[in-house]
Amino acid sequence: MDTLQINKDQVKPTTKTTTSISGSEAVLEAFLAEGVETIFGYPGGAIMPIYDALYDYNDRLKHILVRHEQGAIHAAQGYARASGEVGVVFATSGPGATNLVTGLADAMIDSTPVVCITGQVFAHLLGTDAFQETDVINITTPITKWNYQVTDATEIPAVLAKAFYIAKSGRPGPVLIDITKNAQMQKFDYAGYEKCNHIRSYRPKPIVRKSYVEEAAKLINEAEKPFVIFGQGVILGKAEKEFKKFIEKSGIPAAWTIMGMSALPTDHPLGVGMLGMHGNYGPNVLTNECDVLIAIGMRFDDRVTGRLDKYAKQAKIVHLDIDPAEIDKNVKAEVPVWGDCKETLPLLTELIEPKVYPAWLQHFKDFQQQEEDKVIKEELNPTGDILTMGEVLKELNALTNGDAIIVTDVGQHQMVACRYAKFNQTRSNVTSGGLGTMGFALPAAIGAAYGDPSRKTVAIIGDGGFQMTLQELGTIMQFKPDVKILILNNQFLGMVRQWQQLFHEKRYSFVDITSPDFVQVAKGFGIPGKSISKREDLQSSLKEMLDNKGSFLLEIMVGKENNVFPMVPQGRGVAEIVLSREEI
Amino acid sequence: MLKQEYTITVYTENQIGLLNRIAIIFSRRKINVESLNTSPSEVDSVHRFTIVINETEDVVRKLCRQIEKQVEVLKAYYNTNDEIIWQELALYKVPTDIIAEHVQVERLLREHGANAVVIRKDYTVFEVAGHREETDNLIKVLEPFGLIEFVRSARVAIIKASDGFHEKLKEFEYREPGEDAAENEYLNDNEKVFTM
Repeated sequence: MDTLQINKDQVKPTTKTTTSISGSEAVLEAFLAEGVETIFGYPGGAIMPIYDALYDYNDRLKHILVRHEQGAIHAAQGYARASGEVGVVFATSGPGATNLVTGLADAMIDSTPVVCITGQVFAHLLGTDAFQETDVINITTPITKWNYQVTDATEIPAVLAKAFYIAKSGRPGPVLIDITKNAQMQKFDYAGYEKCNHIRSYRPKPIVRKSYVEEAAKLINEAEKPFVIFGQGVILGKAEKEFKKFIEKSGIPAAWTIMGMSALPTDHPLGVGMLGMHGNYGPNVLTNECDVLIAIGMRFDDRVTGRLDKYAKQAKIVHLDIDPAEIDKNVKAEVPVWGDCKETLPLLTELIEPKVYPAWLQHFKDFQQQEEDKVIKEELNPTGDILTMGEVLKELNALTNGDAIIVTDVGQHQMVACRYAKFNQTRSNVTSGGLGTMGFALPAAIGAAYGDPSRKTVAIIGDGGFQMTLQELGTIMQFKPDVKILILNNQFLGMVRQWQQLFHEKRYSFVDITSPDFVQVAKGFGIPGKSISKREDLQSSLKEMLDNKGSFLLEIMVGKENNVFPMVPQGRGVAEIVLSREEI
Repeated sequence: MLKQEYTITVYTENQIGLLNRIAIIFSRRKINVESLNTSPSEVDSVHRFTIVINETEDVVRKLCRQIEKQVEVLKAYYNTNDEIIWQELALYKVPTDIIAEHVQVERLLREHGANAVVIRKDYTVFEVAGHREETDNLIKVLEPFGLIEFVRSARVAIIKASDGFHEKLKEFEYREPGEDAAENEYLNDNEKVFTM
């Protein structure tokens, strides 16, 4: 079998002069050519030649030594999400590579562009159960957009070019390149690096068919109660401006998925809130009342749709997506508008009539008011003495003014943060949406801090999730990225506890988690910290955290058995969303 | 929708690991692959997978989109049995002495279109190319005469309506592809929404 497909047009002209370099150097040259600035990694036996070469590239490539490979890939994800660039990871073979698995799965389901380089045992040892040998290509096949094993250094420039191109083009995703140690060491005649921009079997962008756009515009123009729901596709397509123009001309109320959050400023007059299991009341209920549902760059995840046979059955659905496999996957589209929304949205905007829907928008506002009265008021301005997660977010918003990057972990605090955080600009909400990876936030926040150092990065984490990857405090200690760590401690694995309370007769099975003294732990890593539980300390402590030069850990003790509402209970339709425990 | 037999034809680059990438699209969804064949295609350097599954059209269409999503897959088609010409090859090993004694076996073999591939003193190997029921029928016939070994190949299939992949590949090699290369034309076949 051929080992690699190189297109004719990628073959280098023979007139070029060549120099002899090692496979390892070729990897680093590829990084420089691709504009990589920061690498998150951890060395080990099988990747030592690359680390040896890195020693001489130290002035041009920044390497952040994490404390666990899972931390490296989550950091690369955070970097990619905050910056819009490809995140890059180094890990060794065997355990180094298997430690990437969770992050790869996370990046796959959340379409995050990441390139991972793993070391591998010498080619002649493949399949012999050599020390630290693992079949990383086959392990990672279902959780990578593309992966490839290099056994010969001459393949490296073309393979790396392909890796970066595949990771960031079309619907982005993680790519893993496994390089055997002999290929890293092998010297070869290097003719320079050429970026890849075409692979014949790969169509990252479907060609936009105007007829679909026209049909979509017709449906939208004839609609009386149109509703836009948008996801991360708007951010990944760098189409925030095009999106804003579209909704402002169309006058259509728009709700975001958790991944689409911050593509539109949260206080935009047409922004009606978040969709999904713990999203806002109006967007969920009115999904089942709109006449045309325009889904943009989103994939109808089950956490958004609830029961599919009760989802928007009355509506005609227009689905804009770059990935043909998403069309009709979960929800049948009346009009599929394939393509990059950066291209399709302006075409659509051109064809739609400027409109306003005051009565329809008021409908959303009425539902919002009900949610305010029954849920939000008490969450943000609690009558009790014990702090709520919501009021922490309210105070944080007042201090950041919506300009910070908020990185969240997974669980109740994530839902509360996404419900109440204020965002003014895109790429501000970094969270593990699809995979729901506890332990994501701390390393992802480190990556986000490198990805966009111009903004403050606040990692909001639960007491459970923080204990999953707190070793990355060591990375913060050593490299000093400015990460504000906000632990919302309810002394429980809160989301699971909430479900046990609501659906398992309050049988609290192993959700009662004890925590170390987080402030002392941080102190051990040379990071200042503070723990508070009183309302009068809230504002000043948040301010102290944000104003501190460098990282800071603030633990806030919040209500132990507070629940996140509204909620679409599992197995119910979106219109069956409840505002309180009593309604379940 | 009713489950029925579908033959999926996939044109791909010839790359190590691609078989696994395609296979796990089925196994992840707990779908049994009835038959899988890999072979060269009419185009030099392009590989051809022929996969048979029993599923509803809705599922098959989604599977094809997931297959086409793989970087090294050029195209995936699916067809019902009446849209293809297909064959499977079966080999039967029987004891020669018993065959020689029973004249009616010879007639049965003729009726089943079998050929003798090897005739030795101790055994004879017959081959039959045909549909599943044809190769199955001959097993039933030969079993009483001491069928020693039986093996059947995966299905290979030719799509009746296909013009082959030569022209299509040219489109794929262009940097600016034609509409056909950019989209899955099977989507236009059965679904109202994709018919323009």
